[in-house]
Amino acid sequence: MTRSTRDRWLGYAGRLLVALILLFVLLPTVVVVISSFSSTSVLFFPPKGWSLRWFERAVSYDDFRSGFYSGLIVTAWASTLAVVIGTTLAIVIHRYTFRFKAVLEGILLSPLFIPHFTIGLGLLMLVAQLNLGRGYALVIFCHVVLVLPFVLRSLYVSLQNLGQRVEMAAASLGASPLRVVWTITVPLMLPGLFGGWLFAAILSFNEFTASLFITTQRTQTLPVAMYNYVREFADPTLAALSVIYIVITATLLTLANRFLGLGRILNVDAPR
Amino acid sequence: MTRKPAFVGWFLLPAILTALGLTIAMLTVLQYSVRAYIPGSLDVGGFTLDNFQDLLKGLYARAFLNTVWLSFKTALFGLLLSYPLAYTLVRTRTAWLKSCILIIAITPLFLGEVVRTYSWIIVLGNSGFLNSLLLAIGLIDKPLQLMFTDTGVVLALVHVTMPIMVLMLATGLSHIDIAYEKAATSLGASPFRAFLTITLPLSLPGIVASVTTAFAWTFSAFATPQLIGGGRVSTVATLVYQLGFSSLNFPFAAALSIAGLAMTVVLLAALKRMTRPLQNVGIH
Repeated sequence: MTRSTRDRWLGYAGRLLVALILLFVLLPTVVVVISSFSSTSVLFFPPKGWSLRWFERAVSYDDFRSGFYSGLIVTAWASTLAVVIGTTLAIVIHRYTFRFKAVLEGILLSPLFIPHFTIGLGLLMLVAQLNLGRGYALVIFCHVVLVLPFVLRSLYVSLQNLGQRVEMAAASLGASPLRVVWTITVPLMLPGLFGGWLFAAILSFNEFTASLFITTQRTQTLPVAMYNYVREFADPTLAALSVIYIVITATLLTLANRFLGLGRILNVDAPR
Repeated sequence: MTRKPAFVGWFLLPAILTALGLTIAMLTVLQYSVRAYIPGSLDVGGFTLDNFQDLLKGLYARAFLNTVWLSFKTALFGLLLSYPLAYTLVRTRTAWLKSCILIIAITPLFLGEVVRTYSWIIVLGNSGFLNSLLLAIGLIDKPLQLMFTDTGVVLALVHVTMPIMVLMLATGLSHIDIAYEKAATSLGASPFRAFLTITLPLSLPGIVASVTTAFAWTFSAFATPQLIGGGRVSTVATLVYQLGFSSLNFPFAAALSIAGLAMTVVLLAALKRMTRPLQNVGIH
């Protein structure tokens, strides 16, 4: 075989491999979509008939409704607080040195490798020991801790791309450091702030393991409600809810890709 | 250094309070881990090291080894499946293929562990998709047992960790200048050889980062081993939950968490150390 034919075959094999891997990634999604339209409560493949009843049940089931609202409350607070805490910290860390800077940064980035169940367990035992109730404040604090490393990362990137020249110009014209931060730094960081907030919100809305440890019936978020449902029932209601989830997420991502260029946001575009 | 303006202290305050809360929570785990368990009560007894001694018992030692083994398999198979996707994503010139890979590979990242685990339950179950398919085409005559097995858990865990691995590998690959490969091929190397001798070594930092992340994710995964393993696949995460919520043995759950954390730190540090000589390869 000549070299060029061999390379062509390698190219075909490579394409086939990529197609098979994509099939593996897609498989569960396709199966969930098929199951969600099944008419029977016990799943068969192929389904014996088709219906929309599981979608009706998914949007009317009480635990899913309350889980959705609790999730929204927790996500809105946690991602906003994380962005505020992250922004103030990132600005100070970027511009100044102070004692224990590395320690503070290390502690706040540690949830990247501390398992979520350990953080959940720790917070649960802490409120038990202090005789505090398990309310929304606990869940929100937990989510702030968990999403903060990701927020900090995206803020560092946008601060690095900022360049100090405009800030220096403002300072040389007599603006106080705080005024420079408010009128120059923060407005210039806005795209990064929004990106960090969105990232935090998605992570928080989907967080499961730590939430399982610290939520109660009243504060349980949607993933926890879904987990409890799988343990009790085997019908395709969760398949229907998953389809709703998948459609919303894929739509958001496709829009983000069309208008913002997902490759650019995720930093995977090759330099050309 | 210039004098720090007054707002610096105020800007640091929220971060310091958050760090303090997290530190106290972790110290609480440490404190519980050295207290005696009083059966049937949420209160804890005096100081003791018994919890750590109990960790050496067969059941718990096995769970530890099993977790490490699962994490290893997940990271390995995840890497084998993620690398071709990441490579195609970065190098393809076909716009629709790029968008296709991005959407298909990245969407699961935003779906959460429960949705993804649930979909694998329907795929792997005895009357699930895979078994129905294989029975229908006559490859098997009785359903394969995939639920409640290590194989099923690894399959689902690979799927759960793939999006983040693809992302990290693609980030690493996108920083490699395509000119190196072109230079190699123009000097007569086949594209395959150029890949093996140029691109693959240069992408090692991305490989290390993605494997490390996959390892850490698998170690802390709970929903997947719990639901697909169905109690028959014990990991550190599922044991901590059972000890805390079924037996209410919080001191022992705490000791297990501390041991798990210590092991994660040691393993990640070892991985970093082993691969340090490799990490400078791509820097020039």
